[in-house]
Amino acid sequence: MIKIFRRLHPQTLRILALAIVLILTILFFASQIDGYLSPRMINRIATSVAVILPIAIGQAMVVMTRNIDLSVGSVVGIAAYLIGDYLGTHPDIHPVMVVSMALGLGAFCGAINGALVAYGRVPSIIVTLATLALFRTYLVEYSGASSITTSELPQWLVDLPQITIFSIGSFDMRLTVAMSLVAAIVFWVALSRLRVARKLYAVGSNPDAAVVAGINSSLVVFTSFVLSGMLAGLAGFIFLAKFGNITVVAGLGFELKSVAAVVVGGVNIFGGSGSILGVVLGTVLVDTIDNSLTRWAIVSEFWRDALLGMLIMIAVATDTFMTRSFGRMKGKSE
Amino acid sequence: MILAKFKSWEGMLLVILILTVLANTVIAPQFLTLQNQINLFQLSIEKIIVVLAMTLIIINSEIDLSVASIMGLSACTFGVLVENGTPAGLAIILCLMLGILAGAFNAFWIAYVQIPSLVVTLAMLIMYRGIARVLLEDRGINGFPQWFGDLGQKAFLGPFPLGLFIFLVLLIVLGLVLHRTGFGREVYVIGTNAEVARFAGVRVARVKTILFILSGVVSALAGLLYAGRLASVRGDAAAGFELDIITMVLLGGVSIFGGRGSIIGVLFSILIVLNLRNGMALMNITGHIQTAVIGVLLIMSVLGPNLAERTKSPDKAKATA
Repeated sequence: MIKIFRRLHPQTLRILALAIVLILTILFFASQIDGYLSPRMINRIATSVAVILPIAIGQAMVVMTRNIDLSVGSVVGIAAYLIGDYLGTHPDIHPVMVVSMALGLGAFCGAINGALVAYGRVPSIIVTLATLALFRTYLVEYSGASSITTSELPQWLVDLPQITIFSIGSFDMRLTVAMSLVAAIVFWVALSRLRVARKLYAVGSNPDAAVVAGINSSLVVFTSFVLSGMLAGLAGFIFLAKFGNITVVAGLGFELKSVAAVVVGGVNIFGGSGSILGVVLGTVLVDTIDNSLTRWAIVSEFWRDALLGMLIMIAVATDTFMTRSFGRMKGKSE
Repeated sequence: MILAKFKSWEGMLLVILILTVLANTVIAPQFLTLQNQINLFQLSIEKIIVVLAMTLIIINSEIDLSVASIMGLSACTFGVLVENGTPAGLAIILCLMLGILAGAFNAFWIAYVQIPSLVVTLAMLIMYRGIARVLLEDRGINGFPQWFGDLGQKAFLGPFPLGLFIFLVLLIVLGLVLHRTGFGREVYVIGTNAEVARFAGVRVARVKTILFILSGVVSALAGLLYAGRLASVRGDAAAGFELDIITMVLLGGVSIFGGRGSIIGVLFSILIVLNLRNGMALMNITGHIQTAVIGVLLIMSVLGPNLAERTKSPDKAKATA
């Protein structure tokens, strides 16, 4: 048994552990809540994950380079609101154009962060703490305290969350969920297969060595912020489609949720390691707990945050202990 | 060399401070009265008390994101205890003990299990706030004893309210500890290089534990002052304060990488932020824009010196990057 463990890469072990925790969590809630394993509940969780997943993937790439992006929640708000507002006056633009605009808007916000971090040499926690406030302020001022309502949006966007690509039994694969999954698969393949993506890990695990190896580390960090902003823009679009009614507080608190998903997903907060598959599992786990607690009769929904905080702590502690004992095991065998 | 840099940083803050005060005085002549200055402090008193503890934590190269949640937890616990008939005096002591416990719990994971403080306190930010929400759900509690509200609102010693008095005492005590004692030197040494400090015989885990317990108890105290000043508590009391608190520390010239900064710099930064906000309020600028201006100031305060350093010595800037 130990021999098998030894052969596995620690990352693989980490993802296996995460998958087991996720299954146990689902089984637990299934035993507590009537009709939990119904397609309706799965649809509910899937559409909720669809909003957070792109943000978590972007956050993961930033964290891999030893940085953090606390502004993602505000970027989601800006993208959702501005696109909704623009559609109110230009209802005829093509849907593909709308998505591109959301991505571009997010990328622009990300580029501001990235330039300050990578070229201005200001620590990312300072930059994104400030832009978290700045982007939100811009939105509040721009909106003049008015909200976007479903009636202002074109019909295709209002119908979008109901569009089903295919169904397995009575589980429907919604278009918004598919968009999010496609983004996850693209970045999963890119990060695990493309040579250029290895630079992300190189810069994160040892910035000095990366520079010596001829990697333009500033450009890598800048790119990770642009991608994070772009994915937050995508999340903003999905958010707009899902809710239809957008206020200036849209996306508030998503920065903490995304960092939680990334950390639970096994991305090392000191950079250099982590996988998109882990992030997907981490996001699903965090969101499953979030969505299930509201339906659990025994415990009031006010327990959500307390349990979420505890879960993150347990995940990180397990990760730390596992990595250390693995290192010891390996040391003994050599 | 390092000393010269310290002096110039604090000098810069002093210039900004004088400019802000001058501008405010021109806009509103009644600005420089003692009463207005006391009111100015009183409006953010809970935050600036926690800023002092956070200064030591960041110089130690750690961060405590859970402070605002501990403030909220302490305030909510106080509310629930008083509502259920606990004497307010006993409730205060219990809340301070809760703060110590919360800080010690943070310290256990950070100092002994050695998980990064950013992760631990982020989880605790969510968890402590979650417990506060469990305690109060979506209701508010008021109806505290008269004397408790007075402590938060009215003058305590001369014209000074209790909060300001606590702030001044903490400022002097922590200033002396940080700059005049061996413990203070250890805080800097660990912040500069924890590994070297450990080999030099500094008990790193013990110093960190003391700092996080300090941060916990100071946050709990600030939470009580907040409850007293507003004469009511809700589950979201003090939510989001951590950002303002960290901003004030960093603006004071404390390096996010640890090992650099001073209490005087942070005091200047507190004065700048308070006066700037007050001045903007006098000009009818809303709270959101005020926060944005302080955000820009924060980025500029790090970006400016960085760019200046790079134009002065391009090789050195590259080497440290």
